[in-house]
Amino acid sequence: MADRYASIRYLLPKWSGKLGAGLVIVGLISAFGVIAPFFTADPRDSGNKGLLAPSAGHLLGTTKLGYDVFAQLAAGTRGSLYVGLVGGLSAMLLAIVFGIIAGYFGGWLDEVLMLATNIMLVIPGLPLVMVIAAYVQNAEGLGDFARSSTLVALILGITGWAGSAVVLRAQARSLRTREYVAAARVAGESGLRVIFVEILPNLVPLIAAQLIFGVMAAVLGEAGLSYLGLGPTNSITLGTMLNDAQTGQAVGSRAWWWFVPPGALIALLGTGLALVNFAIDEIVNPKLRLAPQAARLQRKATKEGKGVAGGGAFA
Amino acid sequence: MTPPTLRPFDPSTSSGQAKLRAGQAQDRPSSGSVPVLTARNVSITYEVNPPVDAVRDVSLTLHRGEILGLAGESGCGKTTLAYGMNRLLKAPAVMTSGEVVFHDGDGTDIDVGTMDAEALRRFRWSKVSMVFQGSMNSLNPVMNVRTQLQDVFTTHQPSLRRAGRDARCAELLDLVGVDPSRLSAFPHELSGGMRQRVMIAMALALDPQVMIMDEPTTALDVVVQRGIIRQIMRLRERLGFAVIFITHDLPLLIEISDRIAIMREGRIVEEGAAEQIYHAPQADYTRHLLSSFPSLTGARGAFVRGGAA
Amino acid sequence: MVFYLRRIAFYLVTLWAAISLNFLLPRMMPGDPAAIMIGKLRRASGGRELSEETVKAIYALLGADKSVPAWDQYLAYWGRLLSGDLGVSSTRYPYPVATLIGNALPWTLLMVGAATVISFVLGIVIGAWVGWKRGTWLDHLVPATSLLQSIPYFWLALVLVAAFSVQLRWLPIVGAYDVFAFPSGPEWSWDFMVSALYHAFLPALTIVISSVGGWLLGMRNMMVSTMSEDYVLTAEAKGLRPSRIRDRYAARNAAIPSLAGFSIALGFVVAGSIVTEQVFSYPGIGKLMIQSVQGLDYALMQGVFLVITLTVLAANFLMDLFYGLIDPRVRSHG
Repeated sequence: MADRYASIRYLLPKWSGKLGAGLVIVGLISAFGVIAPFFTADPRDSGNKGLLAPSAGHLLGTTKLGYDVFAQLAAGTRGSLYVGLVGGLSAMLLAIVFGIIAGYFGGWLDEVLMLATNIMLVIPGLPLVMVIAAYVQNAEGLGDFARSSTLVALILGITGWAGSAVVLRAQARSLRTREYVAAARVAGESGLRVIFVEILPNLVPLIAAQLIFGVMAAVLGEAGLSYLGLGPTNSITLGTMLNDAQTGQAVGSRAWWWFVPPGALIALLGTGLALVNFAIDEIVNPKLRLAPQAARLQRKATKEGKGVAGGGAFA
Repeated sequence: MTPPTLRPFDPSTSSGQAKLRAGQAQDRPSSGSVPVLTARNVSITYEVNPPVDAVRDVSLTLHRGEILGLAGESGCGKTTLAYGMNRLLKAPAVMTSGEVVFHDGDGTDIDVGTMDAEALRRFRWSKVSMVFQGSMNSLNPVMNVRTQLQDVFTTHQPSLRRAGRDARCAELLDLVGVDPSRLSAFPHELSGGMRQRVMIAMALALDPQVMIMDEPTTALDVVVQRGIIRQIMRLRERLGFAVIFITHDLPLLIEISDRIAIMREGRIVEEGAAEQIYHAPQADYTRHLLSSFPSLTGARGAFVRGGAA
Repeated sequence: MVFYLRRIAFYLVTLWAAISLNFLLPRMMPGDPAAIMIGKLRRASGGRELSEETVKAIYALLGADKSVPAWDQYLAYWGRLLSGDLGVSSTRYPYPVATLIGNALPWTLLMVGAATVISFVLGIVIGAWVGWKRGTWLDHLVPATSLLQSIPYFWLALVLVAAFSVQLRWLPIVGAYDVFAFPSGPEWSWDFMVSALYHAFLPALTIVISSVGGWLLGMRNMMVSTMSEDYVLTAEAKGLRPSRIRDRYAARNAAIPSLAGFSIALGFVVAGSIVTEQVFSYPGIGKLMIQSVQGLDYALMQGVFLVITLTVLAANFLMDLFYGLIDPRVRSHG
């Protein structure tokens, strides 16, 4: 009974200040994005006076056109989180397909998939996304979908999987040579089944880390696109807020309440996700946690007077 | 008990310099029962939670020119002890009691434990050098052999000029049976046996008085192992250094060592001359260890069926 | 040697893929970008007729009518490219695309190039130091780098502009140089260089602050891993000086994966520099890209995308050369 949980516990991150802080930040921001829009004013109501500083009536003031910034922030968080999730998930799925299949099967399949991955890796991302977005969003026949946040998220996902694919492939390759995989194959398990049952579970921490990267990259990517005017026009995201701030001369008008909060929120979200990723990093590479911890323990013991000799090795 | 005339190692004295010059074998007092490295009541603990006592109250003496074998199963603390003698303890290990004293050939005694960092740095390799286990990874992969050998000279013998260094490096490789043309090779271009020979050459560079060898041949196949062991024996006869040979392979130790110490769970359970350990082991554990090795002679399957007591 | 040949072959294949993508995209979309483009050019020229050359160029780049077979179009496209004809811009009529790119590229290479090198060097050096001192209070600084990494480039630029340009008036807001002081354009004078540096400072600072975190973190993590390797212990047992161990044994090996990850990092730098140029109205290639996309200037868009890709490939190749120098294992295994 205890054994079954032991394997899951092994895969989970060790508790630490970093992990706690990260989870709290991400949790709060997600809660804000999901719940707050139900309680704020209507973000699309432009009936207010423009460029008001923060006050009791408008917690974060108003934009040039009279929208309540706080309401927009809440809706924008929801929008950005949505794009992040869709973009991150689609990138992760593609990375799993390209990376793990290439890494596990090897041979010519590996060569072909890796060539495609490397090409995608080297071709600069944002220009590619801009070009694709420019063409797709102005193509006829797609209607509303052309300027929706889902499309933007999908474009980001389809162009952003290459980095994760390389990482996953490297891991899959090394796992392929492990004994339990060989054992499964000898026992006659088909390739795909081996991938699902033996390899995938061991890659869970790595996949989780890549997913977090993907979400962050998608959020930042959408912010950048929106800022450039290529983002979704129907939805409100943190990026569209920044675009509005730019075109509304927020910086020149010193309306800090308009352009500082959206970017700060993106930065906070990214920090929270990165902190969680640190903890996952330490599972994938235990040396990252153990070595500094060991050094600290040694120093502590020496300070307490336990050691009779001078310092030990660096390594 | 106060040890005699403790003085920090000083290479600026004439006797210190004399020791550093290459090929000083003839200056050493004749081997016998003159101690060169003494450990007294050494205890080493890993400060994890809960703390692990890796070495408990161990006292050991290494004499000039002798081969002292240190045997025991994995995790008995032999490697920790050896590293502790050179103050190379990996975090979070701390030496909680005892002392380690090096008795230099010129008569001074050096307390390894209380040396400051700079003195320790100069002490290392010139007095006591090490050969590590599985040199798969003990050589820097991005530096060629020549640079790694010369490292030692540029650091410890800065007055030695380029020509002298090159000559010395070629001489060292020759000593261990490696073609000097391999000087420009990188570690990944050498076989496992060759890498280990390079490590031994590197360990001999400053003509140390003690060489600590931690499982130097465990990762190699038996034929290569034999070649390397023979090389070590020949070098020792020629250059006169003492060796602490750490391994779990007790039969090998019985072949090559003068004295053997058996360790178990951080303590020395038995210590004595090699013949005595083989013919008349005192401790139960020693007998247990000896009988755990399959024999090339005797009835087939005997050790499995007979089982260890 | 084999290693370099393989890399060159790879870059050629990638270049071919990028060019082909450029060829395919306008032709895959519903609608007719070529006709749209021609219409825009006509409007931009004030209703005058366009030269036949121009029209032919547009058709070659964006897709002629369906009667011309695709393969012929493909060959025509390549022909155009190799002769350096990238078409005429509709948003900056009547300048040819090649000229516009030629004017903008040097600015980007200078500012972004310098910023990238600076952040790389800073990141690696500081990362090595933080990694060497693992287990000390410096470990607590590491999460701060994640904050730096998550800041959107352009938002940081906005904040910096608000603080330093608008509020404090220390640094200029827009442009690559003072256009009022040098009305006839760039010149090789000391004053001009000073003006250029002055204007490049804030944009470059933005890029450095945003990208240094990534290098730092990667290097620090590799340093911590490398320090537990056996050869570092050997180096210490050899009695080598700590500085030598840190530099030649630990950092040298730890930096190698960072170099390998350069191409991924470069992608982020390109993205960041594009938006940064937009914020500062810096007349580089990023701004050109944005203008072309916002104005749906397809010819310019294609051209800029191509040049950006070429530049990135060249940078990658330079990095590969450097990598081969540093890691001898690569040279023999290829």
